[in-house]
Amino acid sequence: MTSRRLHHYKSYMTGSLFILPAFILFAIFIFIPLVYGIMMSFTDYGGFNIKANFIGIRNYTKLLSDDYFLISLKNNFVYTLLFVPLTMLFALFSAIALNNIWHLRKYLRMAFYLPQITSMVSIAIVWGLLFNPLSGPINHILKAIGITNPPEWLMSSQWALFAIVLVAVWKSFGYYMIILLAGIQGIPEHLYESAKLDGAGKFKQFLYITLPGLSPTLFMVLILTIINSFQVFDLVSVMTDGGPGRSTNVLVLRIYQEAFIHYRMGYAAAMSTVLFLIIMVISLIQFKLEKKWVNY
Amino acid sequence: MDIINKSNRDKLAYYLLLFFLIAFSIATLFPFLWMISTSLRTDVDLFKNPMNWIPQSLYLDHYKEVWTTIPFGRYFLNTLKLSVIITGLQVIICSMAAYAFAKLKVPFKNTIFVLFMANLMMPWHSIMVPQFSVVSSLGLYNTHSGYILIQLFSGFGIFLMRQFFLSLPNELNEAARVDGFNEWKIFWKIIMPLSAAGLSTFGIFTFTFMWNDYLAPLIYLNDDTLKTLQLGLKAFQTEHTMDYGLLMAGTLLATIPMVIVFLIGERFFIQGVATTGMKN
Repeated sequence: MTSRRLHHYKSYMTGSLFILPAFILFAIFIFIPLVYGIMMSFTDYGGFNIKANFIGIRNYTKLLSDDYFLISLKNNFVYTLLFVPLTMLFALFSAIALNNIWHLRKYLRMAFYLPQITSMVSIAIVWGLLFNPLSGPINHILKAIGITNPPEWLMSSQWALFAIVLVAVWKSFGYYMIILLAGIQGIPEHLYESAKLDGAGKFKQFLYITLPGLSPTLFMVLILTIINSFQVFDLVSVMTDGGPGRSTNVLVLRIYQEAFIHYRMGYAAAMSTVLFLIIMVISLIQFKLEKKWVNY
Repeated sequence: MDIINKSNRDKLAYYLLLFFLIAFSIATLFPFLWMISTSLRTDVDLFKNPMNWIPQSLYLDHYKEVWTTIPFGRYFLNTLKLSVIITGLQVIICSMAAYAFAKLKVPFKNTIFVLFMANLMMPWHSIMVPQFSVVSSLGLYNTHSGYILIQLFSGFGIFLMRQFFLSLPNELNEAARVDGFNEWKIFWKIIMPLSAAGLSTFGIFTFTFMWNDYLAPLIYLNDDTLKTLQLGLKAFQTEHTMDYGLLMAGTLLATIPMVIVFLIGERFFIQGVATTGMKN
């Protein structure tokens, strides 16, 4: 071996050694489970080394007529349809407002971001008490301002999902606000200056400069919030555990219950594959649309 | 921008917006204020005067009771132990890989990188069931080490650190190589010390995430001696739904460490979130 080739070989070795720990962890705990999960979804595996039988696509055909699963899927879509626009609206509004305010900036940023660093469990517990129809402050306030029959929130199958969405929006908007704020600050200042020279007011500046300049970031936030909304678990688990009835059950909670309470792991793996496909489709849409939709 | 030179109308609009934001921020903080207020009063007081926000007298017993009603100290130490170990190891493992992706030669480098980054799009929830099977067949179910192992790889961390390392000039490595440093030494003695900002961002993110994690411990940690704060809080809530004060004291105690971490690392935190936003 020439010394140059030896050198080449040695530097490849060094690089590989640096990646090795991460690669092994990835292979064992992510890649193998991913492949194994797809295989598992074609079996009736029940967990804990019980023998699994191959049952073809029966898990998948069962999903199509499984009311409980379909309700959870529907709830999850309703959750997404409420959560995504509300979060984006609050995030965008607070980002634009903060960008125009010079007083108390640090405090305001902190106040909006604080829910984000607090655990979902703590937040779910506090809001659970706040939403209590009899002793919670929310209904006390509603009664004080003259609403005689305030909703029963988490105890009502009509309101529970909505209450959970409100908490989720409250928890998350600060995170997306920071992302959008960085996006706004990345728009070149000279665009605004030339717009001002042309006599454009604040609103026109927003419409013709801020929004188009922000569109890549907005698009990314849109995708992140949608993906995020298909992973909702902690809030639901602590606040309602899917109830009352099945009114707040969502996809991940359903997977958890099937796999770890009823030990129908094969069936849960089929649901997981559906979750995986939903998120894959969203990611692919992002990939396709990004170039067309986004105005750099 | 200079507010003084603006017209009165602009000034009025500015202060209206400021006033509105302050009101909005108080509304955002309301659950925290309520949490503090509730933890400091007797339950009798709470139900008697629901709208009386400032407690008449400070009642601190809830904060004492929490430690004896549930093994709060043990949960706290378990959480601290797991968060510290996972953060430390994850930062090292991911930084090493990130360094190789940014500066070294690796066979099939791009393929491996794409594979790792695909992990960013794939939610953990979609592999949690088979991952549980893999971990329990390795005999690691219901152990801290099993939980630690599943958390050590992070596509996000590798991406973040790689971006950071790419911004460091290659001349640095070349100069060190000329001085006879090997890659291992360059990484530890030169690159890592220069990357304090990136490492803090990554570390604070990971620590917060681990401290607050709920679903993975719920699946992997079954014994009471192994449980974390979030699991403890959840069980506490189920058993003490009516002890508002006690419940809020426990929740607050579990939240305080994160608030401290946040206040210390605020700058890095904001920077980290902003960086994720500029990914494209």
